[in-house]
Amino acid sequence: MPTEAGPGLVGARVPRREDPRLLSGRGRYVDDLKVYGLLHVAFLRSDHAHARILGVDADSAWRMPGVVGVFSAADLEPVARSIEARSRMKNHHGTPIFALARDTVRYVGEAVVAVVAESRYLAEDALRQVEIEYEPLDALVDAEAAAEAETHLHPEAGTNVLAVREFSRGDVEAAMRGAAVRVGGRFRFRRKAAVALENRTCLAEYDRGGRSLTLHSSTQVPGIVKDALVEILDLYDHRVRVVAPDVGGGFGGKGSLYGEEIAVCALSLMLDRPVKWTGDRMEDLTSTSQAFDEIVDAELGVDNDGRLLALSAEVVGDVGAGSIYPWTAALEPVQVASFMPGPYRLPVYRGSVRAVATNKPPTGPYRGVGRPASTFVMERLIDMAARRLSIDPMALRLRNFVGKEEFPYRTGSGIVWDESGFAECLESAAARIAYEDFRERQAEARKRGRWPGIGIASYAELTGIGSRISAAPGMPINTGTETATVRVESSGRISAIFGVASHGQGLETTLAQIVADDLGARIEDIDVIQGDSAAVPHSTGTYASRSAVIAGGAARLSATALREQIVEAASHLLEAAPGDVEVRDSMVHVVGTDRRMTLRELARAFYSEMDRIPKEARETIELAASKLYDPFFGTTASASHIAIVDIDPETCTVKIERFVVAEDCGRMINPLVVDGQVHGGVAQGIGAALYEEVVHDESGQILTASLVDYAVPSAVEIPPLEVIHLETESPSTLGGFRGMGEGGAIGAPAAVANAISDALAPLGIEIFELPATPERLFRMIERTGNHRRGMQA
Amino acid sequence: MTAKKTISVTVNGTVEVRTVEPRLLLSDFLRDTLDLTGTHVGCEHGICGACTIFLDGDSVRSCLTLAVQADGAEIVTVEGLGDADRLNFLQRKFREHHALQCGFCTPGMLISATDLLRKHSELSEAQVREGLSGNLCRCTGYEHIVRAVMAAAEEWDGEWNEATPRECTS
Repeated sequence: MPTEAGPGLVGARVPRREDPRLLSGRGRYVDDLKVYGLLHVAFLRSDHAHARILGVDADSAWRMPGVVGVFSAADLEPVARSIEARSRMKNHHGTPIFALARDTVRYVGEAVVAVVAESRYLAEDALRQVEIEYEPLDALVDAEAAAEAETHLHPEAGTNVLAVREFSRGDVEAAMRGAAVRVGGRFRFRRKAAVALENRTCLAEYDRGGRSLTLHSSTQVPGIVKDALVEILDLYDHRVRVVAPDVGGGFGGKGSLYGEEIAVCALSLMLDRPVKWTGDRMEDLTSTSQAFDEIVDAELGVDNDGRLLALSAEVVGDVGAGSIYPWTAALEPVQVASFMPGPYRLPVYRGSVRAVATNKPPTGPYRGVGRPASTFVMERLIDMAARRLSIDPMALRLRNFVGKEEFPYRTGSGIVWDESGFAECLESAAARIAYEDFRERQAEARKRGRWPGIGIASYAELTGIGSRISAAPGMPINTGTETATVRVESSGRISAIFGVASHGQGLETTLAQIVADDLGARIEDIDVIQGDSAAVPHSTGTYASRSAVIAGGAARLSATALREQIVEAASHLLEAAPGDVEVRDSMVHVVGTDRRMTLRELARAFYSEMDRIPKEARETIELAASKLYDPFFGTTASASHIAIVDIDPETCTVKIERFVVAEDCGRMINPLVVDGQVHGGVAQGIGAALYEEVVHDESGQILTASLVDYAVPSAVEIPPLEVIHLETESPSTLGGFRGMGEGGAIGAPAAVANAISDALAPLGIEIFELPATPERLFRMIERTGNHRRGMQA
Repeated sequence: MTAKKTISVTVNGTVEVRTVEPRLLLSDFLRDTLDLTGTHVGCEHGICGACTIFLDGDSVRSCLTLAVQADGAEIVTVEGLGDADRLNFLQRKFREHHALQCGFCTPGMLISATDLLRKHSELSEAQVREGLSGNLCRCTGYEHIVRAVMAAAEEWDGEWNEATPRECTS
């Protein structure tokens, strides 16, 4: 195992500092916290997709043993206002978030009544005694129909189309007329769930004496939740604290404010006791924000030499019951259109988006946001064009990637790519998988009745987005800055304090690596404090592949500034010129002498001992530094994924035989962690491509409310994953870091879809819909009349 | 409501006598009654495997077991493996190979992997994947977990107390 100590930790495979506690069952997730006098909440959730709430009969529930109270929306309103996601976009309709459904339920699984009891068992017993009377309303489950429907989920909006957006560059019609080949169709990416292994959980403790509130929540965004609670509960800012302790995965699903968080806070305020809710898996699958659910009508025009001429994409996003806070309903579908042109030189583009409300759970941030769907569509179009032109799909991509001399390149939707190794990634992945040899192997396998295929997906993403634009389109909240505070404690240990919130990424390790290098301290002397809104004046959290870039930059700035302060203090203590003092291995040294002291000795001398430092110096030196970093634009991360699949003609199941990722995430802080992020993202992308689908029937009833019906891939379904890193020094971020937490999930669905299409090309089958379940493949193959006959090409 | 029942369970070598409701899940008994919160609950319907523990030497789902069913049994949870400052062989392999991220599936994964190692003297990659297929992980894509368990299988010299929980006394 590599040593934790030593210079040059950035770039080293440092074992994670979180691991010992997590490996020994000593992690502290919200549901593990023991609090005196704790009350438990169970929510009665709507079993209707759309209905008016006529009344709640809770009389017998109140009489059940251990019951402290039964609450519906009106009961919480005196202490908790609603909050609404705001947007600068025209044609945007925000919808309010309440603790509990008020007057109307809009999806199956929406919380209506909260039962509070001395234990969760007793709360659930009482829940069964609560009767809610509903008047069913028309359930809207088809987004295109909902866009035209006269029934509106939110009558005050006057429409179900909650957001509209267009992007346009050049004359698409004219460019399409000039295209030698036009390919296109209707693409569909079905609804997906994030399925973090830890269900959402929150625990509120109100201190009436101090009028202060602490919420422990399994959230990615403690800072955003804190700011929202201040507004909702009308408390003083600094008396609301939101802590995300160990969090069992997020993937975007824990990246928004939830009604349950408001509810436990309101209940704790009203009951003057700590209150906890721990979601179960059914609650997670029916009420955590979901992903995708888009229909994309897209067309690509290409000339005879394979040059991309024009692209059009019309996106209808089924955003579910309303906007999610703070990201708005526009978040996912708008980014499908804005990222559609991909890493390609594409002069003419028109993209349009409608975000349509339906009676399903709201969609929200999910790993990749918009880009899994945009990459699926664009990469399918590229392969379809390649087939029509009889050009190799890899060659077609290489011909059209934005070239080195063209950076910074502005896409047709206005996104700016800075330099990133688009072609290098594809070439590296192809070399690793022996792309050139595949066709020969494929021909032989086909002779034996097998259906093998290969598929490429190349993409670019914007990461570490700075203050110039918000992480969500049109959202007026700055997500582009981070402040880090690094200080020497009186013991000589270093605290490094951040507003980000790790939910498995390993920020306690990676941020410590950066601080250690820039400060000259040993990593074991550094404690990273994160996930606590009270630790910093302002923060948001961890999402949008921002933490390594933005918090990493802030870590560099603040550690460097603190180092200067340490040098200044040491110059007095060691009686040397500041220029002669250096800090390394948690020691200060006078260069060329044996005069030195530990940070522990320095801290004691500075803070506790008299007469060691002149008064003037004491008043100017501070053994702490706070610095803000703003990457302003953000930076491009890119990758190419290549999948080789084998489809069983009997069962129509897809086996992934090999999966190679070549990615450019700039300078790696910790290659172990980078590998892990890529693997995890790819596995989720494979799930999205083949297995995972949230299904609602025509009445809006969810059919996939357990992990029996919602299929998450296991170790058997996920193949060995091969990852190649290309480190292109990023010119625009401090430290050269690019964000890479999401990319795996962006490329994998498209690569698998292209590989399946390649395998089934002799049957004339192209994949337009994901997930490509055995049933869907079976039906497509049946229609061609080729099932069970194999393809003796 | 059915009358409470007194049960005696040996957990990580300690005899625990408690009076519980018959409906109390073993997972809740461990987490809430005994404060052993290392055992996690991810689905409560036996799919995710986060709650996997050893019950009389076999890996079982504690969310599908009632506490009263464990009366007289020996249980080992993740807390019975190596401590944070003295990780056991398999835990160290998990750390070296970065086989965990959020850590939520990890306790169940360690128990299932320990079970695999104990029951097979040699393990192919396919056996490892199959053997862990009852434990879902959403962070790692399984790659590093499989590598860690393969490395453990290769290097493990068969010493009981190296890759396995401390032996329980009965």
